[in-house]
Amino acid sequence: MKTKSIFLLSFLLLMHCASKEEEIYTPIPYNLEIPTLFANKLIAPIIPTNNPLTEEGVALGKKLFFDKTLSGDNSQSCATCHNPKKAFTDETRFSDGIDGNFGTRNSMPLFNLAWNFDEKFTWNGKEFSLEKQAFEPVSNPIEMHSNWKKVAEKLQGDATYPDLFLRAFGTSTIDSVLVTKAIAQFERTLISANSKFDKFLLGKATLTPEEENGFNVFMDEAKGDCFHCHGSNNNPLWTDNKFHNNGLDATFTDLGLGEVTGDPNDNGKFKSPSIRNLKFTAPYMHDGRFTTLDEVINHYSEGLQRSSTIDPLMKRINEGGVNLSTKDKADLKAFLLSLSDEEFVNNASINK
Amino acid sequence: MKKYCILLIVILMTFNNCKEIDCCVNPPFINLKFTHNWDGVPLTNLDFNKLKFTTENGEKVSIERLRYLISNINLTGFKNYILVNVGENSGTEISILDVKDGIYDLTFRFGLSNEENIDGKYQFLNSVNFDVPTMLGGGYHFMQFDGKYINDNNQKTGFNYHTIRAVDKTDPADLKFEDTSFEINLGKVLIKGNTEIEVKVNIAEWFKNPNLWNLNELDTNLMGNFEAQKMMSANGKSVFSLGEVQ
Repeated sequence: MKTKSIFLLSFLLLMHCASKEEEIYTPIPYNLEIPTLFANKLIAPIIPTNNPLTEEGVALGKKLFFDKTLSGDNSQSCATCHNPKKAFTDETRFSDGIDGNFGTRNSMPLFNLAWNFDEKFTWNGKEFSLEKQAFEPVSNPIEMHSNWKKVAEKLQGDATYPDLFLRAFGTSTIDSVLVTKAIAQFERTLISANSKFDKFLLGKATLTPEEENGFNVFMDEAKGDCFHCHGSNNNPLWTDNKFHNNGLDATFTDLGLGEVTGDPNDNGKFKSPSIRNLKFTAPYMHDGRFTTLDEVINHYSEGLQRSSTIDPLMKRINEGGVNLSTKDKADLKAFLLSLSDEEFVNNASINK
Repeated sequence: MKKYCILLIVILMTFNNCKEIDCCVNPPFINLKFTHNWDGVPLTNLDFNKLKFTTENGEKVSIERLRYLISNINLTGFKNYILVNVGENSGTEISILDVKDGIYDLTFRFGLSNEENIDGKYQFLNSVNFDVPTMLGGGYHFMQFDGKYINDNNQKTGFNYHTIRAVDKTDPADLKFEDTSFEINLGKVLIKGNTEIEVKVNIAEWFKNPNLWNLNELDTNLMGNFEAQKMMSANGKSVFSLGEVQ
């Protein structure tokens, strides 16, 4: 009788605890602060219904983003190649993985990702959704070179993670799906919208004559014609998030989008990156071949290479490009640098 | 008494059933479907990137990007716009609800009228990079049609057939505009219940009627070309026609 009573009491206690957990650990919706320019000019960001932003989920995602436990030998985190001080990329042409191996593409900067309306991520668009993208680096043998089972076990054995997952997702059982969901939540909070040019558009800053002329070169179809791929004052993302062959090579060693679609017409096409924060994101292009902005501008001005898939927006290929004057090049660079967001790279709330 | 009760229940159930059926019948809708062709040969995004079309002037061309703006479809009864993106196969079919049976003049506008072509106003168009630089008066593209052609030197080269509101920028401080959007009237259509209306879009017309288009002379930098914009607008008027209505 006594045993039965103890059993019954324990059962009731457990039931009580379980219901209390559910009661206590209801995540708080995260208030994504949408910058004024984005709210005025753009459609709403993409937040998946099966992974809404919560205070607990974002905080957990941030902790995971900076945690080296995700790598095979506990030596690298996401932030190793996506350094907040570098607008969430790094300064090397190719990042080295935990075994000292190098990839073939430059680490992409991370910001304003919730406004990638097509949700095709990485240089060749192979990952559909931020959640799916986050699966890749952990198991990639030349990046973090771990496996998700091992990562989940390590996190499960940690003193704090089970409780943080319980708070974020209502379960303390950790798996790769929840880890990537949390990281994706954090990544959606990385918003850059406080550059000098943003302030100019809001009437809070003045451009120099050089920056102003540089913006005109950028927007002039007969000069830079950059806006067709890289946005404008009405598209503060400064990218179309589409894939273009911008005339880097006559033949391709990296097929880019073509590798994903299998369509030869997509060979040599890569995502047009945002031109925000170029001050922090050198080297440039999908393979980091250009170390300076001057080299980038020279490429579009005189360095275009003809190929079968080169974008029709690339003009005067026989002359190597649009042949900007020295002054227009310098002014274009000044404008591009006016899109640098110092507040973003120094924002403590998204840093470790 | 029992018989009356059963009868009453049957009547109530019948009425109740009728009500349920009424509530769940789908309202009639119109499906407006844009199909594309090159002088009658059907064209989809699967035909992109291939030098398989020939302009009236004799240039072989490929299409790599084709998206255009349609506004003020009269059947919808409110101010509206859609972006037809042939390359991404989006916007090519539109469902319009709540149109009563009857005979209608089917009209819509290519592009945006001057009054509605307001810089930065449309969030969707901003988001997909469809706007026009302020130095050309702002507002939006009406069409982005990019591809390649074989030029007179037998070289494959790009073209950007972009249509916007025509702007005369002889004096950059005093831009002069001409509205090059235009209304298209496809004639009378009979709407009876669910109806599918095909709008045929003949891309070849952009290059031939009334202005024979020579890509060797006009292939890129057309946005700021006042005369070219007026010519493109004139050519666009024969692009759209009514297809099958069923």
